[in-house]
Amino acid sequence: MTIEQYAAPETLDELTRLLSGGNALIFAGGTDVMPQTRAGARQFQPYLINASRVAGLRGISREGARIRIGALTTVTDILESNLLSEHVPVLVEAADCFASGQVRNTATLGGNLCNASPAADLAIPLLLVDAELELSSNDNGAPSRRVVPISDFFVAPGKTVLKPTEILTRVIFDAPPSGFRARFIKFGTRPALDIAVVSVGVAGATANMVFAITRVAFGAAAPTPIRGKKTEELLEGRLLVDDTILAASSAAQKDVSPISDVRGSAWYRRELVRTLTERALHDVA
Amino acid sequence: MSLEKEIHFRVNGNLTSVEVPVTMNALAMIRDRLKLTGTKRGCEEGECGSCTILVDGVSVNACLMFAVDCDGRDLTTIEGIRTAEGLSPLQKLFVEEWAVQCGFCTPGMVMQGTYLLSQNREMSVEDIKRGIEGNLCRCTGYKKVIAAIAGALHATPRRGEEKEDS
Ligand SMILES: Cc1cc2nc3c(=O)[nH]c(=O)nc-3n(C[C@H](O)[C@H](O)[C@H](O)COP(=O)(O)OP(=O)(O)OC[C@H]3O[C@@H](n4cnc5c(N)ncnc54)[C@H](O)[C@@H]3O)c2cc1C
Ligand code: FES
Ligand code: FES
Repeated sequence: MTIEQYAAPETLDELTRLLSGGNALIFAGGTDVMPQTRAGARQFQPYLINASRVAGLRGISREGARIRIGALTTVTDILESNLLSEHVPVLVEAADCFASGQVRNTATLGGNLCNASPAADLAIPLLLVDAELELSSNDNGAPSRRVVPISDFFVAPGKTVLKPTEILTRVIFDAPPSGFRARFIKFGTRPALDIAVVSVGVAGATANMVFAITRVAFGAAAPTPIRGKKTEELLEGRLLVDDTILAASSAAQKDVSPISDVRGSAWYRRELVRTLTERALHDVA
Repeated sequence: MSLEKEIHFRVNGNLTSVEVPVTMNALAMIRDRLKLTGTKRGCEEGECGSCTILVDGVSVNACLMFAVDCDGRDLTTIEGIRTAEGLSPLQKLFVEEWAVQCGFCTPGMVMQGTYLLSQNREMSVEDIKRGIEGNLCRCTGYKKVIAAIAGALHATPRRGEEKEDS
């Protein structure tokens, strides 16, 4: 593929105008795009667009109950955010076991979600808080926006509902209520620079004096990061006693559809799903 | 032939302009175009850290960065670390602690170490280990590398704690 144009727009308006013709490959940190294109796993397009200079898309803020994170926010920014450690420590936990210092300094939240790896670490905590993704585009000269719940965003490995003319601009969610407790566990063969063999996230809140799980999510256990709906149903409103935890970890195995690859066999991943779900539930119980 | 683009940036303090293919990574530009071969090419996949450089003061893997994205930025490579008096305090400690065996990982280790020290934070040995988790040494010399960084941490007064000249 011959590249006809390279651009590094500095405003969102300029970026969405450039995208309105389609035929573009965007990069932000480039930590997925660079190795993928070098390995031939991904083709360049006639337009190569560097999104990393767009103003106003990096940063974490809170307005009332809503927390907003710009798509260009790096994993290091998340790891070092006091606002996030206070309100959603589970997102910071996921940033903490992400790649290495150098990669975290470059890798962006937007890139992690839009690359749509089934193992995308930041997707799991964001599934736990029902995050919404703001997608921006240019509709015949006018800026246009839509909001998609993260649970509807991923379609298949490497595929999302993003149209070729759209860009992810912000991730937005309600600051979890007090009494919210969550846990993210990533299983890999070593602590650093490892893509998850399986990852599990659980989150719950206290209602009527009872702490119960409301959300369960899995990474690298299905074609996309997923919610564990069967596990959630089983746990709804229930006290986290040992029997319930055991039943839930078996239910978790029905939520997933892992594949076998270099990191682990499907059988091994199913076993991990059960073990990690059990462990995560014990941790928050 | 890939599209080329002229970019302007600072490298080790000097303003530089080069024309690079838009698909090239910053590592290839630094080594093959700028002939700054202190930055090493190891895995070219972000795994080994031997290509670590500072971009606007932040450590990154040059192999994962698009060279065109260097436009307008301030790059520091291992060649830019020495001070007017010679080797930097961290470099001297790498020598004193024998933290170098074959030396292939050393430029990356020194760059990441320099970045960690620039963060101006107290670090435990665990924090230092964590800080260099993205740098592989095949000669397994981590202990001495950690000792060198720990030594530099205590040799450099942290900002706000500089000793007063009496
Ligand atoms: C050594 C190494 C270790 C890694 N470890 C981990 C890990 O532990 N966990 C993990 O989850 N991932 C890991 N990754 C993968 C990668 O670093 C992350 O997915 C990262 O967050 C991608 O962000 P980026 O800005 O570099 O994305 P880029 O490479 O710039 O882009 C990735 C994809 O997203 C698209 N894109 C980027 N931004 C936007 C946007 N705003 N709107 C629309 N599309 C966009 C691009 O077109 C591309 O398809 C690792 C990668 C490497 C090389
Ligand atoms: S060459 Fe860049 S990390 Fe190995
Ligand atoms: S000294 Fe040889 S690789 Fe580290």
